[in-house]
Amino acid sequence: MEVIASKNDNNDELLWGGAKKPLKASYGKLMMWFFIVSDALTFSGFLVSYAFSRFKNINSWPIADEVFTHFPFLHGVDAPMYYVALMTFILIFSSVTMVLAVDAGHNMNKSKVAFYMLLTIIGGAIFVGSQAWEWKNFIKGEYGALETRGGQILQFVNTDLKRVSIDDFAIEIPTQRTTHTKSSGIWFTSESSISEISLSEVKSGFIKNADLLIRTELINSEGKKTILNREDSLNKIQDAEIIVRGANLIRNEYGNRLFANFFFFITGFHGFHVFSGVIINIIIFFNVLLGTYERRGHYEMIEKVGLYWHFVDLVWVFVFTFFYLV
Amino acid sequence: MGHDSQKLAIFKGLLKFKSNEQKIWGVLIFLSIVTIIEVALGITKPQILMIPFLKMKLLNWIFIFLTIVKAYYIAWDFMHVRDENDGLKNSIILPLIILIPYLVFILLIEGDYIYDIMERGFVSWNF
Repeated sequence: MEVIASKNDNNDELLWGGAKKPLKASYGKLMMWFFIVSDALTFSGFLVSYAFSRFKNINSWPIADEVFTHFPFLHGVDAPMYYVALMTFILIFSSVTMVLAVDAGHNMNKSKVAFYMLLTIIGGAIFVGSQAWEWKNFIKGEYGALETRGGQILQFVNTDLKRVSIDDFAIEIPTQRTTHTKSSGIWFTSESSISEISLSEVKSGFIKNADLLIRTELINSEGKKTILNREDSLNKIQDAEIIVRGANLIRNEYGNRLFANFFFFITGFHGFHVFSGVIINIIIFFNVLLGTYERRGHYEMIEKVGLYWHFVDLVWVFVFTFFYLV
Repeated sequence: MGHDSQKLAIFKGLLKFKSNEQKIWGVLIFLSIVTIIEVALGITKPQILMIPFLKMKLLNWIFIFLTIVKAYYIAWDFMHVRDENDGLKNSIILPLIILIPYLVFILLIEGDYIYDIMERGFVSWNF
């Protein structure tokens, strides 16, 4: 201990005023660590509640490989995981440029700090954009499905066990039904726009086409979704009550409702962290350019935002594992 | 934290780097290799790893293990926990490694229990 308080000295400033650093870290860095620890606990709360819901529905949870199959510019190609793997690399790489910026800061190399900060910002922005694209695909959906009264999702496959879109087999039944608007009713209610195909069109298309089978949510002993035989499928289709396309917070075509809710919530919360990280990085970047830290004599601010940025990367490592791999 | 106080070895001193910058690239290569292994396993899903082990597939345990390895190196080398003193290290790590496994433990037991109830109960959930 360098500092020993004696009753003769007026050491209040030294002892309690913040001059003594028992953890050998500055106030700002400690506070950043406080925040990170509490935020880590928040994220683990989310991820663990996801795990809870998944264990609760362990035999019917959607299989991630079948949900996230898109890759930019490869339409109709089944490419599970490649896109998220790419996103993971982008984020790890932007973490590396961040840590290089911190290192350059220790050497008081202003132009290098600025350069690496810029790369970090670009990496973060690409990541957020990628996540937006992922959301777009998730929300739009691909094949569509029907939902039963009990909230079970029924998907459709042909005899080769390949997924079939409901648009492909629904037969057109002429109808007079139009979207109900506030102005045309006797009461001031309206409805969301009617989908191009109706439930009865899908149902009768399914009955006409003998090649189609229903794929249920249940996972069989081989870890695949159970596919009903034709007879059971014909019975099951009668239970369908609503057409589901893509995903929203109420229902999704991939399976269990909680799946989409957790996906939106956890990746959304993480994406928000990345977004705010990019904003903070931009502010710091301009401060570097203006020479604020040069005048201050140290680049510790880079270290602090670096901690936050690496933490966001760290969280993504876990989200990646639990949403896409496990 | 001064510049010269950085520890430049990883893997318990197995791999030493000349400068901090080199160490960063070394850790990047290591993290990339781990990620590539994860993705390759996730895409191929080797049958040999699909055997059940402690209530989960062995493959899932491997994924979780690799994730924790990655988390360790991000925290230790990118967030410089390696260079902090023991007091700070412990006050960051201990709350997390005590509270998170505890939360995981109680909620997974509960989730598994509810699954059993829904399976064996007299209520049909699929109507």
